[in-house]
Amino acid sequence: MAEDLVIESPHSLVEHQFEDRFQQKEAATLGMWTFLATEVLFFGGLFVSYTIYRHQYPEAFRQGTLDMKWYLGAINTAVLLLSSFFMALAVRAAAVGSNPKIIRYLVLTIVVGSLFLCIKVTEYYIDYRERLVPALNFSEARPREDELGGFTRTFDKFDEWFDSHVSPPIGKAAVRPRNEQLFMLFYFIMTGVHATHMIIGIAVMLVLIWMAHRRRFSAEWHNPVECFGLYWHFVDIVWVFLFPALYLLRNP
Amino acid sequence: MTAIPFVSVVEPPRVRETYLNATHTLRSWLLTRDHKRIGILYALTITFMFAIAAGGAALVRINLLTPTGILDEPSMYNKAFTVHGVLMVWWFLVPSIPTTFGNFLIPLMIGARDLAFPRLNLASWYLFVISAVLILAVLFFGGLDTGWTFYTPYSSLFSNTHVTLAVTAIFINGFSSIFTGLNFIVSIHKMRAPGMTWFRLPLFCWALYATSLIFVLATPVLAITLVLIGIEHLLRIGIFDPVLGGDPVLFQHLFWFYSHPVVYIQILPTFGVASEVVTCFARKRPFGYAAIAFSSLAIALIGFLVWAHHMFDAGISPYSGLVFSILSFAVAVPTAIKIFSWTATLYKGSVALETPMLYILGFMGLFTMGGLTGVMLATLGLDMHMHDTYFVVAHFHYVMVGGGVMGYLAAVHFWWPKITGKLYSEFWGKISAAIIFIGFNLTFFPQYVAGYLGMPRRYHSYPPEFQVYNVLSTAGASILAVGYILPLIYLLWSLKFGEDSGPNPWHALGLEWTTPSPPPTENFEETPVVSAPPYAYDLQSPTAAAVT
Repeated sequence: MAEDLVIESPHSLVEHQFEDRFQQKEAATLGMWTFLATEVLFFGGLFVSYTIYRHQYPEAFRQGTLDMKWYLGAINTAVLLLSSFFMALAVRAAAVGSNPKIIRYLVLTIVVGSLFLCIKVTEYYIDYRERLVPALNFSEARPREDELGGFTRTFDKFDEWFDSHVSPPIGKAAVRPRNEQLFMLFYFIMTGVHATHMIIGIAVMLVLIWMAHRRRFSAEWHNPVECFGLYWHFVDIVWVFLFPALYLLRNP
Repeated sequence: MTAIPFVSVVEPPRVRETYLNATHTLRSWLLTRDHKRIGILYALTITFMFAIAAGGAALVRINLLTPTGILDEPSMYNKAFTVHGVLMVWWFLVPSIPTTFGNFLIPLMIGARDLAFPRLNLASWYLFVISAVLILAVLFFGGLDTGWTFYTPYSSLFSNTHVTLAVTAIFINGFSSIFTGLNFIVSIHKMRAPGMTWFRLPLFCWALYATSLIFVLATPVLAITLVLIGIEHLLRIGIFDPVLGGDPVLFQHLFWFYSHPVVYIQILPTFGVASEVVTCFARKRPFGYAAIAFSSLAIALIGFLVWAHHMFDAGISPYSGLVFSILSFAVAVPTAIKIFSWTATLYKGSVALETPMLYILGFMGLFTMGGLTGVMLATLGLDMHMHDTYFVVAHFHYVMVGGGVMGYLAAVHFWWPKITGKLYSEFWGKISAAIIFIGFNLTFFPQYVAGYLGMPRRYHSYPPEFQVYNVLSTAGASILAVGYILPLIYLLWSLKFGEDSGPNPWHALGLEWTTPSPPPTENFEETPVVSAPPYAYDLQSPTAAAVT
């Protein structure tokens, strides 16, 4: 009898349409993977279009890549991988049913994820000062040094110093090719869609933290945390493809 | 002590509790998670949208009565065919059978209490309603004139109608589709009753499974394409903009990557309905169960590889034209397998010509015609002449109306007793099936001829020699309208005055027919255990075969 009291009643955690919690867990996991399959196709449309245009206008797209701050992208890659690491710890905490640890690691994931978004916004700001934003201020002529502002000029100086030390010379064009706008459009749409996924993810994590605060998760039932972990890692992987495609293809 | 038996004696005889009478408040319907009620909510919504889309068709047909066009402004005509196309595709044909009968029947057929994610199911209906409100707002604000295909750069850079709002509506509609498809896939994988193996699954479920794969894998590509169009329309600059070196043909590739598979979303569920109805009314096992099941999957798969046959004259290379032409022929193979299987099922069956069967026989003929003309259009050389003529219009209406809508109506008439517990008038059912068949052919057969003679589609006016075909077509459309209104009347009539159907008026097999009609909220008192193959009509007692 004492043992029966210790074991939580499985039925309180199983929704009425399921036979048991294993069926429920399998359904939840398969549902999430199916959703991620749709996400692959969603981003796939963008990657395919990007690849086709890159093939069509190799030099314009390369010039676009040269206008990217690759080191900010690299830092962001590390930041995002760190957030995925904390997410993995949160899922682990859920598997052993520790609500306080779930909260701790989800908060860390949110903090690091927000750092990513901050760096991203900084990049957008630099792009704006450099007159790279289509429909807003894109110009084929590069802005004069005094138009850039001190913050952006610092990055520009570093770029100049770095690019002068690589061999073979990368050959940054004095005047931007017109088709570079296509690259910039892809850059903003792809990173924008990715950032939107992160913002939605952060909103979901706030809900999960609230649920964990109410001690809703246990070793027996923690499907939301586990499924959300899949989502967060997926968003991370998308960035792992975006980063080389947009920042690293620099050589002529 | 004696009080207890006494109380139970005076209690009046209880009406059996069903999903319809379990609760009565509006709130209980709007917040329901019951797949059966959600199916009904969807049915009401898509019927309403069908009526508006049909209004667009009526405007088109009225305008084309005279060669100069009856509508004052050609732009008005453009808006009429756009609203007809957009609403029929995304707010009727795509959701038609999956969201209504798929929702209602899949859990019953696989022996489950509900779909895997009931809340998601309700959410997808709300998304659908929101998207419907948005697209109706587009109409209210003055319409859309791009055609349902949104071809760039017209839609993105030149059209002054409400493109951004319209693509937002379709984007949200797409989420509804994806959630429905996801729910079906997970439910069919994980919620089957003990003993319900994959090869005991009703063929309707196989068809809906293949449909769901397309929902899940094609819809997101449309979603991102529409995001790109919306951005381009809003900013008047974008990645399909030829001024920047962007490629409008890329838009067509992305669009048809969704929009070709979507025609299989519209027809595969009908294949599922046909398999259920043909076996029931021929009292036979299906000829080639596995062939029918796998051909659904094959259609879903090959359907992803044929999209550029819409673009033969858009400047794609002859080699890619050749490949897409051959792949388009290939998709005819699994489709023909199905038609042959149903025909062979009918062969030497004791065929009962009840209303659902009439619709399915009509579907088989009309769909075969639409399919064969589809093979003509997939022929590279021929398509150069036929492209953008009324021949194409006739072809896809034979497939989508002759296929999709006939299948939907067959399903309505077949499962009506299960859903409502009432019998409709068999006489009026047969009459309206006949009217629809006649009206449909009179509407669309002349369009084959006009198109073959070179009448282009999407024009407000036309050369006078085509008038006879257009008058015939408009006459047919008015007959078709009568055929669509009749079922609305006698089905609603049956709700109040119809006889009780009993659980299984057709003596059909399948788990859904083992429940009372209408089914209780929980579907099954106990989880059923399946121990026999499906469609064992040959083992049924002879008395059961006498269909009422």
